[in-house]
Amino acid sequence: MPLLKDGQVVADPWRVVADGEPLPPAVPLLVPFARWQTERDALIRRNAPIGVRLPNTLDLAQVAPDLPLFELIALEFPKFVDGRAFSQARLLRERYGYRNELRAVGNVLRDQLQFMHRCGFDAFEIASPNAVEWCQAAMAEIDVFYQPAADGARTVFERRTA
Amino acid sequence: MYRYDSYDQKILDQRVEQFRDQVRRRIAGELTEEEFRPLRLRNGLYLQLHAYMLRIAVPYGTLSADQMRGLAHVARRYDKGFGHFTTRTNMQFHWIKLEDVPDALADLAKVQLHGIQTSGNSVRNITADHWAGIAPDEIEDPRIWCEIVRQWTTLHPEFSWLPRKFKIAIGGSPHDRAALRIHDLAFQMRRNDAGEAGFEVMVGGGLGRTPILAKTIREFLPKRHLFSYIEAVLRVYNQLGRRDNMWKARIKILVHELGTEKFRELVEAEWEQIKGGALEVPESEVARIAAQFTPPPYDADAPTFTPEFDALRLNDVGFARWLKTNVAGHKQPGHAIVTVSLKPEGGTPGDITAEQMDAVAELAERYSFGEIRLTHTQNVVLPHVRRADLPALWRALSPLGLAVPNIGLATDIIACPGLDYCSLANARSIPIAQQITRRFNDLARVHDIGELKIKISGCINACGHHHVGHIGILGVDKNGEEFYQITLGGSEDENARLGTILGAALPAGKVVDAVETIVETFLALRRDGERFLDTYRRIGIAPFKERIYATA
Repeated sequence: MPLLKDGQVVADPWRVVADGEPLPPAVPLLVPFARWQTERDALIRRNAPIGVRLPNTLDLAQVAPDLPLFELIALEFPKFVDGRAFSQARLLRERYGYRNELRAVGNVLRDQLQFMHRCGFDAFEIASPNAVEWCQAAMAEIDVFYQPAADGARTVFERRTA
Repeated sequence: MYRYDSYDQKILDQRVEQFRDQVRRRIAGELTEEEFRPLRLRNGLYLQLHAYMLRIAVPYGTLSADQMRGLAHVARRYDKGFGHFTTRTNMQFHWIKLEDVPDALADLAKVQLHGIQTSGNSVRNITADHWAGIAPDEIEDPRIWCEIVRQWTTLHPEFSWLPRKFKIAIGGSPHDRAALRIHDLAFQMRRNDAGEAGFEVMVGGGLGRTPILAKTIREFLPKRHLFSYIEAVLRVYNQLGRRDNMWKARIKILVHELGTEKFRELVEAEWEQIKGGALEVPESEVARIAAQFTPPPYDADAPTFTPEFDALRLNDVGFARWLKTNVAGHKQPGHAIVTVSLKPEGGTPGDITAEQMDAVAELAERYSFGEIRLTHTQNVVLPHVRRADLPALWRALSPLGLAVPNIGLATDIIACPGLDYCSLANARSIPIAQQITRRFNDLARVHDIGELKIKISGCINACGHHHVGHIGILGVDKNGEEFYQITLGGSEDENARLGTILGAALPAGKVVDAVETIVETFLALRRDGERFLDTYRRIGIAPFKERIYATA
């Protein structure tokens, strides 16, 4: 599936390992949260970049102490109508100070990209050959915002009082 | 009234173009109907039984004369010449074509109206007391805060894909005219011991198949913390609200399952983390918005009575009745609040023709500083009328069919569109309402019966608020036939209660007789000056049950 990062389609350097699959050596690995919990030490000893895919039901306080270890966090949209990961993304960025790649995976729609970006996502897995055009169009549709969010955009309230 | 600045207007214009492109992509086949559905819904576009329906928000029920004309224009140009006001102070157009919707929205955007978040699992149109800014008992005008919340909830990046819809209401007076306790989240203006104005916070109300009245989770919230508190509530709900079953997805179920105290703890803990900072509403912004809700230039010398007024009141029973039910006291001496009834005999509650809309707009300009309000009871209000102008206004409204003196009475019925339009309905609502207004077409009798709120829903989703009607009527399907279940004793004000089921559902042909029997039972047992609800609360449901089911 095409990976869109900072508005461009890029090669995905991350190797995804599923449950039960042996850990390959020395490549950036994206593991499910359950494997992170059971194989935390083995993953750290590999001495290669670690990414984790968090279920959207997870209370982030459970993973907060480990966040400095991750270079990628993937948040899930099992169905596009399931918006829990919007809150997780903002909390990761705004409360827990997570700065590395934050990727939206699952059922990611063009018409949600701008909201995802505002909530702190900087990478998207999108099932479309037109991902770049989609992203450019979606990001430009609205350029004035009422709410403070993880993208740091100045709000209408701030602009009015400036 | 609030007028959009360049930022508000730009967001609205961009949203119209964004939706235009979404419609284009749907028509071109780039979007499946499944993908398009939530996109159109969050812009107020439903697919109903016979056609698309477009729902336009009237934030906190406040309209200018120009905006009313904008609605009339859309009714005429893109629909069948009428519109329908709903219980959430929205207007619905029931016969719109998909390809016309972007143009209709662009036309409405010119008068600062829109369909943003009038449906879908997002924060819906903010509603308020329809007497905001004019009620004699008001603490502070809630519209200032409604407008601030409107802006902050518009296209919110985090809370646009909630488990289910989310309705917010704000009241400014101790007397609740906004049905606060049936909202997902409601704020009631209060004063604390220091005399400062703030909000009591209520959460988890709603009707539908699991009717629950909202619980208070905070006695007093300082006004500047309004955004952060709403954000805390929404964040807890977005993360923990159920998504496995759409009938259990409203916040009321989460509050119920966690328990009010646990829910309150979660919200307060979240709020502690986010209050202040960028979520604190800037004083200057509050002042800027408040300045747009300053009272109009009232006539300080407006008389309470004039010779014409007195003579008409004595000589015309129609005018006298209208004064009694459709005219209310205003905080400004010499002025009155006038309710324009959209409940004529045999009519569809809340329906209004384009000609009536234009006429109301003109009368608002002539007599009410160009301002109009909508009520959750599906009527229209002219909020600032000089008492001396009441005879002329009444004479102008009467031939338009807009001066029926029945506000708060048996024929001032709330009804959802029901099976005549709605794809969710089990039964028709409108014909039941029409039959009741025909049966009770003697105004002397209706005035003698006094305050009586009849509310009709065509299905368990309860858009007609039947649970909180003094008499509630719910349409159900029994083996393909329309039946109606009656509840008694509900109310929606500061003493809100859910109604009690009277007994087995009745066939359509017996509903109006049953309503009449209930009313006759009340009249026979009423003590001096009692309202229906007073008598009901004194004697209980048994006497009504006996009469209905003994004769059934």
